[in-house]
Amino acid sequence: MSITIYVPCDSSAVSLGANRVANAITNEAQKRGIEINLVRNGSRGMYWLEPMVEVATEKGRIAFGAVKTGDVASLFDADFLHGGSHALSLGMTEELPYFKKQQRLTFARVGITDPVSVEDYIAHDGYRGLKNTLALSQADVVKHVSDSGLRGRGGAAFPTGIKWNTVLNTVSDQKYIICNADEGDSGTFSDRMIMEGDPLVLIEGMTIAGLAVGATQGYIYLRIEYPHAYEILNTAIANAQAAGYLGDDIQGSGRAFHLEVRLGAGAYVCGEETSLMESLEGKRGLVRFKPPLPAISGLFGKPTVVNNVISLASVPIILDKGGEFYRDFGMGRSRGTLPLQLAGNLKHPGLVELAFGVTLREILYDFGGGSATGRPIRSVQVGGPLGAYLPESQFDTPVDYEAFTEIWAVLGHGGIVAFDDSVDMAEMAKYSMEFCAEESCGKCTPCRIGATRGHEVMTDIVNKRDLDKNIPLLRSLCDTMLNGSLCALGGMTPYPVLSALNHFPEDFGISAEHHTA
Amino acid sequence: MTESNQATIQAILTELKDKKGALLPILHAVQNALSYIPPESIPSIADALNLSRAEVHGVISFYHYFRDTPAGKHTVRVCRAESCLAMNGGPLETYIKEKLGVDYHETTGDGNFSLEPVYCLGNCACSPAIQIDQDIHGCVSPQGFDEIIAELGASL
Repeated sequence: MSITIYVPCDSSAVSLGANRVANAITNEAQKRGIEINLVRNGSRGMYWLEPMVEVATEKGRIAFGAVKTGDVASLFDADFLHGGSHALSLGMTEELPYFKKQQRLTFARVGITDPVSVEDYIAHDGYRGLKNTLALSQADVVKHVSDSGLRGRGGAAFPTGIKWNTVLNTVSDQKYIICNADEGDSGTFSDRMIMEGDPLVLIEGMTIAGLAVGATQGYIYLRIEYPHAYEILNTAIANAQAAGYLGDDIQGSGRAFHLEVRLGAGAYVCGEETSLMESLEGKRGLVRFKPPLPAISGLFGKPTVVNNVISLASVPIILDKGGEFYRDFGMGRSRGTLPLQLAGNLKHPGLVELAFGVTLREILYDFGGGSATGRPIRSVQVGGPLGAYLPESQFDTPVDYEAFTEIWAVLGHGGIVAFDDSVDMAEMAKYSMEFCAEESCGKCTPCRIGATRGHEVMTDIVNKRDLDKNIPLLRSLCDTMLNGSLCALGGMTPYPVLSALNHFPEDFGISAEHHTA
Repeated sequence: MTESNQATIQAILTELKDKKGALLPILHAVQNALSYIPPESIPSIADALNLSRAEVHGVISFYHYFRDTPAGKHTVRVCRAESCLAMNGGPLETYIKEKLGVDYHETTGDGNFSLEPVYCLGNCACSPAIQIDQDIHGCVSPQGFDEIIAELGASL
């Protein structure tokens, strides 16, 4: 009987050589006349161990990592297919503490299944949520989502159930489901991992959303920077269609849902939902005024649900196990789990899905293992390029939307980027303004002009020019951007800038006593 | 515009013009086929979609990914975002610019490489990251960059 070997097809694993390793394993097995069944799975999210090769055994999967092509012959020599010991042996994958300590709901199947196999998906509890959905009334489906307490995982944390309910109750001949897969926030990659590692859970989530609100067409708006995800999504959609899970008659119910992937073109602002819809309509990605809400008048003027990948990928388990099940995880008003993405200068970067409530310190040290360089972690940016920088004194903050709001920070999409003590926070603040100027859609003045002026002022500050004049000027400018911008790009760029200034004034050339927050 | 380019664009327009919100899919198809969107193609695209030429030009110029000059044989995209900055992305960026002898949005004299900045490749657990054509590379050092280029068999 042939032995099953797993080598991830995840683009981060591939970026470290997973394709070459997979080829080397196939060639080596052939050379030795050993029959193997090679599966390209998603990543388990322990990226410092990628490419991680797993071998299926009766007791479970055994992991080896990080495997280079040069290690392949010696792995065969050590009989790794039958549990032989090797320097790269990591033991049972699911016993690795980084993995074992997680609470994987949304990521339950990632790394385990063949991403594009409908059969494998169903064998691992897939499409149970859809089955329940087909037996429920639309209002009851929405009620499960409302009861779960799920809030938008893209960053805004708006209750998903309220959005769905608005679309359900808006009468229209056509409605749309949009999946916002324009994961532009630096330090985030959970959407990519789902789309590459378990695309069918996203497809199921969107199908459930479509059935719940009465939408027959869905679009996944995917960023161009994710070419691997594009291919995997399209294969998975074709497979779901062939198996009767998409199309005009879903599982004999007579109800329709169609799905198409559309590519963005490198504009960060298109992650903002109204800009995204403009882009889908074939226009410049200019932000729209709200109201009208997209739920009332969205894509092509029709009622539209716009949800992030992780929000939609969390729906199948909610409909499978019920809203209450999901709601039992978490703290306060932050219910369920959040897939956190550990990035930047960390020893053990990767994907950690946990219930809300864990502290930043636990994530950085118990999971992240401290900095990769071995120096102290001085600052972390949480929530992407528009998220605040947190100093060490705030590391005990729990992962909870409200707790982060209290310290003038955001959780955003759950990305955590760590910096060691070699970072210059004034340079980072300057970078934030430069990024905003580069990516501004140009519709509102505070963002369009403010970011350019902000970059100039920060350049002066970095060069220690006229600090007495320029620091108050920077604060005043940030105040205008915060309160006067049309969307979060201009409205939140002050978060990284001012948090850097307030927590690290010495990097701006001023002493802590001199600055007034 | 050459006749073959014109034929390519016409074929793309015939296939895609009736899609809802067809402009971005059309622009992607044109750039995929020709490596850029020739400014001379704007009138036929505008005509097929019943848009003004200014509208089509406005969309092309809004999106960083679309280009109106031919790309080099290979396009190198360097991530400039925070996670890569935290892992020596800055020095890597300087090295790549020096090595290729071009700045962002430029193409090497021999037409082998175009250099573009990118804000996040979603490869943040393997920083710093770059992309060459469709392939993403993680944990890239200056030496690593040289090896990747050597593997491409392209001269510098």
